[in-house]
Parts: sequence; C-alpha cells; structure tokens
Amino acid sequence: MTQAIFFALIIIPGTGGEICVSRAMKTIGEVTDFRPRAIARFIGRAMAVPWMWIGISMMATGFFALLGMLSVANVSFVFPATALSYAAGALGGKIFLREKVTPQRWLGVLIVCLGVALVFIGKR
Amino acid sequence: MKSSEGLHFKTSVMILLMVIFGPSGDILLGKGMKRIAPMASWAPADVFHFFFAAFTSPMVWLGIGSLLTFFIAYMVVLSWADYSYVQPASALSYGLIAVLAYTVLHEVISPTHWAGVVLICFGVLVVGRTSPRTTPSAAPSATPGPAASGATNPAPRAGGSALPRVTSSATASATPNATTRATERVS
Repeated sequence: MTQAIFFALIIIPGTGGEICVSRAMKTIGEVTDFRPRAIARFIGRAMAVPWMWIGISMMATGFFALLGMLSVANVSFVFPATALSYAAGALGGKIFLREKVTPQRWLGVLIVCLGVALVFIGKR
Repeated sequence: MKSSEGLHFKTSVMILLMVIFGPSGDILLGKGMKRIAPMASWAPADVFHFFFAAFTSPMVWLGIGSLLTFFIAYMVVLSWADYSYVQPASALSYGLIAVLAYTVLHEVISPTHWAGVVLICFGVLVVGRTSPRTTPSAAPSATPGPAASGATNPAPRAGGSALPRVTSSATASATPNATTRATERVS
C-alpha cells in the first residue's frame, strides 16, 4: 500500500510538474532570439508565471517522494514508475496541453518506455 | 517546408544540450558531493563546514552550471515544442550515460542494458519523425510588449535567487538520470 502511494507520488507530481512548466513556457511564447541577454529576459519572464512555480513545487514533491520510496521500498519499484512516466507524459500532454499525440508518437513513446524498462532490468 | 526544417533543427539542438548537460550535471554534482566529508552533526558549525566545503568545490559548481544549462535548454525548447515530443526525446540521455560508462569508466554494460538503449534510440527516432509542435504558439517572446517588459523587472531577483534551487530539485525529477543515480546509490 505504501509502495502504491509512493508509486503514484512519483509519477503524478513528477510528470504533472513538467506539464505545468511546459504550460508556463507556452504562455510566454516561442523563443526566437538566442542571445544570452534575450534568454535571461525570457527566463525572468518565465519565473513570473504562476504555472512555473506550481510545476517546480510538484517536481520537487516527486523528487522527494522518490527519495522516500528508495528508503522504504525495494528498488524494483522504481523502474516501472520511471518507464511509465513516459506514457503518463504523453497522456498528460494530450489531455492538459491539448497536444496532438498521433498514433506514430504513441508508438515511439511506448518503445521508449520499453527501452527504459530494459535499461533498468539490465542494470541488476 | 523550410520553417518545419528550422523547427526540427532548433528542437534537436536544444534536446542535444539537455541530453549532454543533464546527465553531466548529475554526475558532476554527485561526484563533487561524495568527495566532501559527510555532515558530522546538525550543529551549526558542522552544517556551516559542510556547506562551505560544498560551495567551494569546483566540481559542485560545474555540476550546478551543467544542471542550470540543462534546465534553461529545457525551458527554451518547451516554449515552442510539445511536451509529449521533448520528454521521450530526452530519454536519449540513457544512451549517452551507457556509452560514457562503457568508454570512459570501462564499466560492463549488460546485453539487456544495451538492448534497452537501442530500443530508446529507435523510439526517439519514431517520435522524432512527428512534428515537434502540434499546438498554436503564443506570440514570439523576442518582441516583448509593455506588459511583458513590466514583468521583466522582478526577474533578476526571482531568477537570481531561485534558479539554482529550481534546477537542483527540478532537474532531479525532470531527468531520468537522477533516478538512475539514486537507484545506483541504493543498489
């Protein structure tokens, strides 16, 4: 049960946080000037968007949940969580950011999930 | 056609930066912190010594700089590209970690691990053939209006003090390599 909670705590805030950051970036607009000063201004504007801070807090929660999970649970619970977060990311992008996740992109994401799982299995 | 090529190109460059600087930052910060003697106690003097050692270590600063570069590239690419495009593509860092571990550290990488890396590369190739952007983009940020330039004013304070903290916590959960490192530490 504890492990199930940690599992959800890694995927939901981790991926959700990244989606919030992505949302914040989309509200600012596309970066077209890549000079350091322009990038610095862009970062400054991003930091003024509330979505950015919601995202960062969620990502931090996910990170500490991961640390907490590693201290109480078996490591074998980590790789399914990490691998699944790629599928969760595509789903989240589709639902919350209205991105068009085509069948081809889904296929790619699923292959990446499988690959990440294999990397973790191969480590042991 | 030409703008689509440009979009693919700048997206690839930013993802390349993420894939290089994310894992390097994690490794440098991890190695830098391991060289420092662990905090003896929570007594103020010990805490001060620990942080003094951490913040005078060049390796720790290199790590922070790398992670900062990673996070800036991440933010910049997300200003135009889909999250569902960037996230799977950033998994290429697993490949870079494996190749570096094999060539530089001469670690043994199991066939299953290599198979995973090959699958990731293949998956990223499949994702990479889709359009990086499927949503309408907001106005370009190069020409800030009055409202936008007004928002720039608090930036130095917010960006200056917050970014290092942002990067260390955010990158840790944003990149797969943080999980990798944490897993390695435990196992």
